[in-house]
Amino acid sequence: MAEAARVNETDRIKVKPNVSRSDRVFDIVNMTLIAVSVLICIFPFIHVLAISLSSSRPIMSGEVTLFPKEFTIEAYVKVFSDPSMIRSLGFTVMLTAVFTLFCMVMTIAAAYPLSKSNLKGRGFFMVVIIITMFFSGGIIPEYILVRNLHLLDTMWALVLPGLISPFYLIIMISFFKGIPDSLEEAAEIDGSSHFRTLLRIILPLSMPVIATLSLFYAVGRWNGFMDTLMYINSPELYPLQLKLYQLIQNNMATELMRNEVAGTANMMPESLKAASVIFATVPILIVYPWLQRYFVSGVMLGAVKG
Amino acid sequence: MKTSTYLRRYWQLYFLLILPLAYFAIFKYGPMYGVQIAFKDFNFFQGINGSEWIGWDGFREVFQNQDFYRTLRNTLMLNILDLIVSFPAPLILAIMLYEVKTVWFKKLSQTILYIPHFISWVIIGGIVYQVFGTQSGFINNLWVSMGFQPIPFLTDPNYWLITYLLTGVWQSAGWGTILYLAALTGINRELYEAAEVDGATRMRRIWHITLPGLRPTIITLLIINLGNMVTIGFERPYVIGNVAVQEYSDVLSTFVYRIGLESGQYTLATVVGLFQAIVGLIFVLGANFAAKKTTGEGIL
Repeated sequence: MAEAARVNETDRIKVKPNVSRSDRVFDIVNMTLIAVSVLICIFPFIHVLAISLSSSRPIMSGEVTLFPKEFTIEAYVKVFSDPSMIRSLGFTVMLTAVFTLFCMVMTIAAAYPLSKSNLKGRGFFMVVIIITMFFSGGIIPEYILVRNLHLLDTMWALVLPGLISPFYLIIMISFFKGIPDSLEEAAEIDGSSHFRTLLRIILPLSMPVIATLSLFYAVGRWNGFMDTLMYINSPELYPLQLKLYQLIQNNMATELMRNEVAGTANMMPESLKAASVIFATVPILIVYPWLQRYFVSGVMLGAVKG
Repeated sequence: MKTSTYLRRYWQLYFLLILPLAYFAIFKYGPMYGVQIAFKDFNFFQGINGSEWIGWDGFREVFQNQDFYRTLRNTLMLNILDLIVSFPAPLILAIMLYEVKTVWFKKLSQTILYIPHFISWVIIGGIVYQVFGTQSGFINNLWVSMGFQPIPFLTDPNYWLITYLLTGVWQSAGWGTILYLAALTGINRELYEAAEVDGATRMRRIWHITLPGLRPTIITLLIINLGNMVTIGFERPYVIGNVAVQEYSDVLSTFVYRIGLESGQYTLATVVGLFQAIVGLIFVLGANFAAKKTTGEGIL
């Protein structure tokens, strides 16, 4: 896309070397408005970062906006020396990795047979899967199921119920369908089994879609909060989002009791709250720029189908 | 081909399907089987099959419950306001980005504008507090320093609506541009050049070329949104809401969670969930029908 834009740009310059004045005004106004939008987008992060690096006096008097005042990393020292926070981070990383691996294995195992249009029973299987995209039992029957399976308060309650997303499965199926049949037929003539064909021919050709869907599963798990709230009780199994949510409740409590002086005694310092928010955000921000193109391509894949 | 030959040749494909189909049977159709507790006086000792049938009593009780109507109203209200405020934002942003000819500027802007989409609602909740908080929130610090009374963005229901809506725009506007930008790559550039030769200004070119080019995408997205009117995510109202603004922040999804998992009224919560699922399905099918009528193509 960037290539095309560049080519187009040079074309335009050739056609019309002298850009008109109103055009230039338009460009300046347009780019300024976009720059403002971009600033609004990142401003909250910068503000929270500034708070997390400031001392409590300037925070309380409302002096901190974009830059830290009376710089200190004390809040981060506290966050990193809190063993429950580090454990929660470790658990979330492990959970996300396990979840993503299981999801991809299941999604690929389902997508490969279903990408073959001559598979007997394919139509029935597809209907069975597509129905689940439009109707679900709801969270209470799901909760009862998880409880009956004795998964409550285990890591598996956060893994098993979400193994295959029908949307991602359909993206995967249409990608597999796009791989030329001749490749598979050639392999079959050479005596390759279906398993072998999948592993040796299909998967190496599907790396872009595998990367994209892995990312979607991983981000969904990393950010997922509702099921952790429903299924997890033990503090040692708190994923980062649940841990952070307690902090937000603490925030809300402060907000609601702001007139009652008595309640302020056990409140967390603002910088510590801010540092925790940054702590949970940074992992996403670190991977995001490198993986952005996969995210975008994933949306395109979904849009072509849907 | 005889069945035995067919199976000998393709058994591996069916083998691959075993686990995925078992997953769908257990974790997707299992809860659907469990939906019957909407018609039963469910408790965990007797289980789904052992609990006593009560017919439509659960529905009667829900339809007499004031909270149910309040959460239904709030769900519709928040969704409609969200549609009005959040729907045009990505469209405008996409058109603006499309007009940018400086490649690095465009790419950098897009990269940053997409970020909020990947931030969880819990983290956004933490950020919202730092920005909108009454006591030490950034906006109120600024506001108070200008000599005004602080604004209770998080604790007054009407101001909370503003907070809720602005947060939604912030989170979704950038990412929402992707589909529009994809649609725009399909527009023939020669149209713009021809219009330029004819002396059309930039605004006129946007109005007569860009917008018509986006029409199918706009209509499709609008219909999808309308189809989701009774569906509302749990995390956004739950994390940003609080007891002081419950009058507006309590929606169907949080209501189901509260009466079901916090108060243990499983039957009533299942009834509300079932109501939401059925009405939601009707809306989606209606939206699909509308899409077929207007664009000649279904969205499903």
